[in-house]
Amino acid sequence: MDKLMLLGDEAIALAGMDAGMSGIYAYPGTPSTEIMEYVQHSGRSSEDNIFCQWSANEKTAFEAALGMSYSGKRSMACMKHVGLNVAADPFMNAAITGVNGGFLLVVADDPSMHSSQNEQDSRYYGKFAMIPVLEPVNQQEAYDMVFYGFDLSEKYKLPVMIRITTRLAHSRSAVRTASRLSQKEVNLPSDPVQYVLLPGIARKRYRGLLNSQTLLEGESGNSPWNSLVNGNDKSVGYIACGLAHNYLIEAYRGKQHANPVLKIGQYPLPAELVEKITGDCEKVLVLEEGYPIVEEMLRGFPGTGKKIMGRLDGTLPRDGELNPDIVAEALGMPFEKGPEIPSVVKNRPPSFCAGCGHIDMFNALLESIRNYGPGRVFSDIGCYTLGALPPFNAINSCVDMGASVTMAKGAADAGLHPSVCVIGDSTFTHSGITGLLDAVNDGSSITVLIGDNSTTGMTGGQKSSATGRIEDICAGVGVDPGHIKVINPLRKHHEENTRIISRELEYRGVSVVIARRECIQVTMRRKKEEKTS
Amino acid sequence: MQTDIIIAGVGGQGILSIAACIGMAALKSNLHLKQSEVHGMSQRGGAVQSNMRISDKEIISDLIPGGTAKLILAVEPMEALRYLPWLSDGGWLVTNTTPLKNIKDYPDTEEIISEIKSIKNHVIIDADSIAREQGSPRSSNMVMLGAASPFTGIEYGIIEEAVRDIFKRKGEDVVAINLKALKAGRDYLNNKH
Repeated sequence: MDKLMLLGDEAIALAGMDAGMSGIYAYPGTPSTEIMEYVQHSGRSSEDNIFCQWSANEKTAFEAALGMSYSGKRSMACMKHVGLNVAADPFMNAAITGVNGGFLLVVADDPSMHSSQNEQDSRYYGKFAMIPVLEPVNQQEAYDMVFYGFDLSEKYKLPVMIRITTRLAHSRSAVRTASRLSQKEVNLPSDPVQYVLLPGIARKRYRGLLNSQTLLEGESGNSPWNSLVNGNDKSVGYIACGLAHNYLIEAYRGKQHANPVLKIGQYPLPAELVEKITGDCEKVLVLEEGYPIVEEMLRGFPGTGKKIMGRLDGTLPRDGELNPDIVAEALGMPFEKGPEIPSVVKNRPPSFCAGCGHIDMFNALLESIRNYGPGRVFSDIGCYTLGALPPFNAINSCVDMGASVTMAKGAADAGLHPSVCVIGDSTFTHSGITGLLDAVNDGSSITVLIGDNSTTGMTGGQKSSATGRIEDICAGVGVDPGHIKVINPLRKHHEENTRIISRELEYRGVSVVIARRECIQVTMRRKKEEKTS
Repeated sequence: MQTDIIIAGVGGQGILSIAACIGMAALKSNLHLKQSEVHGMSQRGGAVQSNMRISDKEIISDLIPGGTAKLILAVEPMEALRYLPWLSDGGWLVTNTTPLKNIKDYPDTEEIISEIKSIKNHVIIDADSIAREQGSPRSSNMVMLGAASPFTGIEYGIIEEAVRDIFKRKGEDVVAINLKALKAGRDYLNNKH
């Protein structure tokens, strides 16, 4: 048994390898990226022949993992919370097909939106699909839950979700590892139509999923991750989900809590334990890292008569990440405060790296579009979203992966000309290609500016799906090759680049300008590696 | 013992190398450790911090409660002030003096320094100059770690061992440079306080 210092993400990755996982599929997204990276960088993946390549997007990742599970092997799909929106179609239906080999979906939520456009809570997805959800409170639980989750998945032939949040994903602590399990052999599903969701079969399978709910609830009732610790002070009971339990324990500063506490780490909610604590106590305070999903369930409508406190009644803030101080205050416990932040301290938002090609791309775009006036640049998710900040103030949207192309198309259809979108190479292959096909088919007049830094930059430089093939893809989709231009975004080419973009802005039809220069971080890393080797 | 430390800086300044050394030293001392890091968007030149918790007992929360940190170690002076609400009453603020001005409204450095001086327990150190004097301008982070080392609750010899371990794979020269920088920071503090 080894003891290692691991990030929550890394603990999950290692546990997957130790638990006999045969493949992991993912698209990079903070705070989930390090799960795949850990597998890729460990010698174990090649030693044990564990498949570990980035997918084009979360949907393809999820489906490939489902296919591996179909074949009887243990597989994992990893993504950030908004990535599950992309994979929502296979996700919802995989709950109905069920699985064969153990299937774990790891979703990393980002409450407080440290690196995301929303703070949606994936536990809702778990409830929506009616599958078990595991929520670890520390790195050790994250490790252990992978073994437990694979077993649970195989026992009920269902996908199981492990839901983590930023704090656990990116916090390091000691993890004791368990004995390694070997991988499974290929073993096809015993029911040949299990995965064929024709209405007649789907109805039958859906009823099976519904019937399993009582059993899943029973599993939660006996789960090692759910525990009710009694206390003499029944004036208020605490239900603490995931990391909120840590902050509750922290608030007591090492002393035993006097009130009953129900710790939740496995869903569906264990009904008996919840009924016990709500029945025993006069009031219940629900502490959860994320949306008030448990609180809403307890409140019911028109209400059970029991006073339920949490994020909905203002006992805790309605949005944002919890922390020890917020929880201590809600519990009425004393907490310390250091000096205030002096007013001299200014915000320091992220910015483009010095020497980044996106800077030169935006400078050329801004000059080309100046005469047309503001409000015509749709953008996307990636480093280039920083083009929204001063001094550029260059983009007018950032909604979801790929939306820049389709929003520019819709605006062009409405009569806006020029209508421009700025999208990165990795985001383009993730979800931009289909939108470009729509624009080509409809002859919508848009200019697609692809900031091609030949990597997935914002998440730290992972492989981009179609490096070197972007113009071929655009031509293949049907963009006129005469209107596919490649520019080198460097200051010395500014005038030429501005001229090329200006010309394409005037064009009535679909045009693509690829601003291609390798991410400066990747260049520096490569030079450093070349120097040391 | 329980030592909560906030390491502060700007994305790209390499605060995680300081965190890694303290973490390794805590493990060598058979202490419990939790180290929360910032990955993602803020690594692109934004404000970043690491919450490090070291204890002889099990640590539950990854985040440090307000007003309890024994040490704020900042590699940039304005960033030193950003985490004051976490500083405990007797806690120490140890900061580098070199400002990193990547924002338009970066305040007057004098004002920042005078705010730092108004904190009871503070150490202001020009780690970049000291690192340069030692012939290794890139090891100012190790100068900072050396200057802050007495406040970590970990024996200095063990921190040296940790630095050796962390840089081992980069070769003996790099180990030697970093140990020298560490000691220069430590000496600066000992002479000053």
